[in-house]
Amino acid sequence: MKVLITGISGAHARLVAERLVLRGHQVIGVDRRPWPAPPPGIRVYQADVRKRPAADVFRSERPDAVIHMATITHFSGSREERLRINLQGTRVVFEHCHEFGVKQAIFVGRHTIYGATADAPLYRDEYEPPLAVTTFPELADLVAADLYAGTALWRWPELCTSVLRLVYLLGPTRRGTLASFLAGPRVPMILGFDPLFQFMHDHDAADAVVLALEHRIAGVYNVAGPPPVPLSVLCRGTGRRALALPEPLFTHLSGHFGLPSLPPGAISHIKHPIVVDAATFRAKTGFTHRHDAHAVMSSFRDG
Amino acid sequence: MAIQWTSLTSKDVLERLERLDLPFNQYGMDPYGISKAHLGPFLTLLEGFYRRYFRVHAYGLEHVPDRGAGMLVGNHSGGIPADGGMILASLFLDHEPPRLAHGMVEKFAQEWPFVSQWFSRVGQLPGLPEHAIRLLREGRLLMVFPEGARGLGKLYKDRYNLLRFGTGFMRIALQSKAPVIPMAFIGGEEAMPTLFHANTLAKIVGAPYWPVPPYIVPMPMPLPCEIHYGEPIHFSGTGNEADHVIDGYVERVRDEIAKLIQDGREIHRRRRAGAPPERPGASS
Repeated sequence: MKVLITGISGAHARLVAERLVLRGHQVIGVDRRPWPAPPPGIRVYQADVRKRPAADVFRSERPDAVIHMATITHFSGSREERLRINLQGTRVVFEHCHEFGVKQAIFVGRHTIYGATADAPLYRDEYEPPLAVTTFPELADLVAADLYAGTALWRWPELCTSVLRLVYLLGPTRRGTLASFLAGPRVPMILGFDPLFQFMHDHDAADAVVLALEHRIAGVYNVAGPPPVPLSVLCRGTGRRALALPEPLFTHLSGHFGLPSLPPGAISHIKHPIVVDAATFRAKTGFTHRHDAHAVMSSFRDG
Repeated sequence: MAIQWTSLTSKDVLERLERLDLPFNQYGMDPYGISKAHLGPFLTLLEGFYRRYFRVHAYGLEHVPDRGAGMLVGNHSGGIPADGGMILASLFLDHEPPRLAHGMVEKFAQEWPFVSQWFSRVGQLPGLPEHAIRLLREGRLLMVFPEGARGLGKLYKDRYNLLRFGTGFMRIALQSKAPVIPMAFIGGEEAMPTLFHANTLAKIVGAPYWPVPPYIVPMPMPLPCEIHYGEPIHFSGTGNEADHVIDGYVERVRDEIAKLIQDGREIHRRRRAGAPPERPGASS
């Protein structure tokens, strides 16, 4: 199968690309950022997915499947940039899929769109609404992108669309939202709260995306690895020092004293858990994670 | 934790913790975040209250299933949820094998620092239908007070009068095919008699009411209490029945609880008059 990966130069997308090649697929990629020396079997076009040259890649290459991984979070872009890349980019990619006869599209999204609130159920299934639009407004563009990708299911039924909502990724790549949160020596917690965090190994996540492709599962799916652990355990397991801050002080201290800079909306996400039920994805693809929580945390710590 | 949790846990609790049928991982945690390190000290604290402070006697523990789902439904009283704690203690300390009941905690408590954290580490999750259904489907024991916080805040003059029952629990019991085990908690109303509610104080802390007993501090007195578990009732249905059908089922559970309360108060009177706590053979 000829697979096009958008955002291929990202650390997690590279893992997916390498796995696809190993499994005999032909891989091409589009990214604004370079991937200087990709392994044999992977061709990278340096282009912005929203611009004309990217459309030409679709036109000339005619991929069978597209894996859309060109999304960013508040750690790596301004509000306007996130909206352009996440929502407009997703729209353009799905329109290209339709226009250029792509048979299968996978949107790689995040579980954080469910949002953390005091009164949400602990295990969210795919029918739960994305509360992050109010709990964490900085994620609104990712919520919109996720829901927009889902509209392909009724707009273009002939395009086999999978929307994957992956839990936090953690591991040797040391990239991603949770890795950025844990990057410094100190990790902020809200005094009196210790929410469950759900994460999976970088490599397990790449395996899951490949399985979604090969099983052609149309629909929306939560993807998760081992059971969640409390933030305090996550800090200990990754060799970080947890610093419990009283909630009113949080916004003043964020970004100082070796603490990561977080928008005010992030408070709810370190006060309350976001945990997903990924049973449907496991049942449909036979996915099992190979790294338990301990292995994931050690691999991140030791790099 | 700087101090080993095992040093804060009694020998009996430690031994029983090992026999609990929860899927603990290498961190001593189950998929809901229930943690051995929190359960140990928590249940040891409850043990003190259960054995010495309230000197609780539990009757009918044989009606609680040894394994698999069950929905314990009872009256709520006593201003603070001490009754829930004592029911947890009785099932963990006096039931064979030990079982952990999951209470359904009021939403407002989720915003309280430390309180919400501890509740979730000891299996007391926010009271959402999603949680109830999931836990029952996984064969766990649920503790439900259909009177809700209103029952807890009951004034002394209204003691042991069951308030209106919510009906959500019955639909969940039907959906998950879990047996309903009626129960009655006796003594809570006397241990902490609520004279009136301090509404301003309640508003400040975000609680639905703040109970004020004659001695001001909302802390129950060390008076004896009893728990009575009734025979399980198996309802059959889908959970999609019309309201009047559900109301009928709820009424049946309410009647059973009212009966347990009536008999229980008689035993309570005798116990406080100095009679031994054993249930007289004639009334069993």
